[in-house]
Amino acid sequence: MTGKGFLRMLFGVFKRFVMTYVEDFRKGKKRYYTKEGIESRRKADVQGIFTIQYPEEKLPVPEEFRFLPFLVYDEGPNGEKDLRCTSCGICAKVCPPQCISIVRTNDPVTGKPIPQPKEFYIDVDICMNCGLCAEYCPFDAIKMDHDYEIASYSRQNNIYDIERLAKPVSYYASIRPTNNAAEELARQEKEALKAAAKKPAAAESAG
Amino acid sequence: MSEEQITVAQTPDISLQYEGRVVKDTRVGYSGFIVGAEHLLEIVKSLRDELGFDYLSSVTGVDYLPEGKMEVVYHLYRSIGGPALVLKVQVPRDEAVVPSLYHLFKSSDWQEREAWDLLGIRFEGHPDLRRILTWEGFAGHPLRKDWKEPYFEEETKPFKSRWPEGITGRIEDKNPYNDNVQYPHGFDPETWVPQAEEALYTSAKKIGRDEELHTDTIVVNLGPQHPSTHGVFRMVAALDGEQVVFLKPVVGYLHRNHEKIGERNTYLQNMPFTDRLDYVSSMSNNFAYALAVEKLMGIKPPERAEYIRVMMAELTRWMNHIFSFGFLWNDLGSYFTPMIYALEERELVLDIFEAVSGSRMMCNYFRFGGVARDLPEGVLDKVKELVFERMPRRLDDIDKMLTTNEIVRNRCIGCGVLTAEQAINNGASGPNLRASGVPYDIRRADPYSIYDRLNFDVVVHYHGDVYDRYLTRLDEARQANRILQQVVRDIPEGPIMTGKPAYQVRVPAGEAYGRVEGPKGELGFYIVSNGKPNPWRYHVRAPSFINLTSLEDMCRGGKIADVVLNLGAVDIVLGEVDR
Repeated sequence: MTGKGFLRMLFGVFKRFVMTYVEDFRKGKKRYYTKEGIESRRKADVQGIFTIQYPEEKLPVPEEFRFLPFLVYDEGPNGEKDLRCTSCGICAKVCPPQCISIVRTNDPVTGKPIPQPKEFYIDVDICMNCGLCAEYCPFDAIKMDHDYEIASYSRQNNIYDIERLAKPVSYYASIRPTNNAAEELARQEKEALKAAAKKPAAAESAG
Repeated sequence: MSEEQITVAQTPDISLQYEGRVVKDTRVGYSGFIVGAEHLLEIVKSLRDELGFDYLSSVTGVDYLPEGKMEVVYHLYRSIGGPALVLKVQVPRDEAVVPSLYHLFKSSDWQEREAWDLLGIRFEGHPDLRRILTWEGFAGHPLRKDWKEPYFEEETKPFKSRWPEGITGRIEDKNPYNDNVQYPHGFDPETWVPQAEEALYTSAKKIGRDEELHTDTIVVNLGPQHPSTHGVFRMVAALDGEQVVFLKPVVGYLHRNHEKIGERNTYLQNMPFTDRLDYVSSMSNNFAYALAVEKLMGIKPPERAEYIRVMMAELTRWMNHIFSFGFLWNDLGSYFTPMIYALEERELVLDIFEAVSGSRMMCNYFRFGGVARDLPEGVLDKVKELVFERMPRRLDDIDKMLTTNEIVRNRCIGCGVLTAEQAINNGASGPNLRASGVPYDIRRADPYSIYDRLNFDVVVHYHGDVYDRYLTRLDEARQANRILQQVVRDIPEGPIMTGKPAYQVRVPAGEAYGRVEGPKGELGFYIVSNGKPNPWRYHVRAPSFINLTSLEDMCRGGKIADVVLNLGAVDIVLGEVDR
């Protein structure tokens, strides 16, 4: 019969429409504006409506999500900020659009470089969020952020400096718990190895 | 099936057959044959007619500035499968003239225009050698090695100004407006008359005019800003009544000279840039580029990485094809409801990409010799749920809703027919080629990665119209699902990277052409290395770009309303067309 295929399509659309209300009825208030409601609407077996009511609802981002780099600092006992960055420049070299520029600190007496950045800039207008800087940083000092709501009215302040880039390691641990734990573990192992290598040497020299 | 059965005939040593006219390329790391420009036409004709190399896949140029030579590189294939036959023509830089292959292979049409535009190689005998990606007011040929852009800072990245004495400041403050453009000598933008446009309109008007009946044709511009063009794309059509008698696409509105950027970048820095080509299927782009560089480096990724790669590539293909059904409906006039349905499937795949790579669209996930990181916990279960339950069900839904739908059938059957001969000659690839009855799939014709071990069928349909293109994509999505089921079942544990991850890879001198069967067609990267950290030449054989060569053949003789449908069925992404 001519028109059967067309009706079948319309039926498909209509079914979806009805399912939205059926699901609303079944799940009640839990379907919207709750964590499990959002999760249930992005599952593979979702029925009916699929969309998220942004900005009232937000999709949770996975741990690997990346948006703009930031610098990690360890908090000292007196609240001092100890940047992990050693200004080795690998991030500036690997950056595809070359949006990172670093000024290295030099010792005022000897003129030799100190592992501490004097200035650190990221032009976030140019940054393409590729995450290569975070991937290849040997000191886990630069990481990718999760905060994607950074729209502003002006482009004038879009070159971020150290003040704006530095974030505590506790923040990093909160957005990337698994990564942070793995990195901490690797660091501890490395230090243990170092200590183990040092001990026999010290014993030898003593003996 | 043993491996011998899959392998098609090897590339013949044609330097013996055409002795005196063809010599082997003996440079270290290079392959193929060097042909004199004066013998090119006869040899290509003989290769096509006698040896069966009927598919000219890629035409590009390389500027060897130190040697003062310009080289044109041709990649010829047999449409029954097998490895490439690479031909090269070397001409002096200052007088770069090469005979055009337009009359032998129409696929060379746009590619030769591109080589003329970007490299300044003149193709003698090409009937329409206009600039294609840039405009008339563009100074010089940007891919020549002595050409410098207005923002020029240094020949290669990383720039020295970034570290250890980093200079900051916005580039537009350093290069104020008006200082950042160059015009050719004697060019005044105020008094400029667009001659190429005039020529295009004049040639459009000439066609289809009947002198006896004094009928006239109407020239219509579709685009550049038009909801049906999937981006910024223009078609100049001449109409006889409602019938299209002439149609020429005009592209380049989104041109950013991807290849020049690529030559400034280091090898690794190019990886995120490849995402931006076909932004719907960035994983496939990563795949092709990684293959090309791995060929040069002579490394192979470990088993688990291969499986992850194939998984990502097939998810991309599935997603792209579903997306194209949504667009098909869009182009048929059912505005955006089916599109949203397609996007629903896409969102679920993108969730996986995001969990794996960190970004939904700009994945940047592949590395030379592996992938960036292992699958996070829970992702494999999500993929399993998708490929075993949702995907087959959704495909059946779509099949039910579209395949027998009267609107789809009436509009699509018999519309935009491309014959097998035309498709091969125009260099069409992917579903466009297979819908015309040519069972050419690179995953089978010239297998890469682990595809030779997977069970799947090469989808082929024979009518070459829009409906068959749709069916090809539908069946291919099913095959992608089938591959995915095997992959998630068999994926082994193990390392995901060969060697240590390095931000500066060492690539030995030589050339390589890596190609994959992307969702849109043959995606190839031609890379020439001179042993330095940056590629000397970085060329993208973009399937969307070359598939558009066939657009005129599809549209001519049809109604103007079907042009929109034909363009949608070619399945282009303008990020890849304009590069």
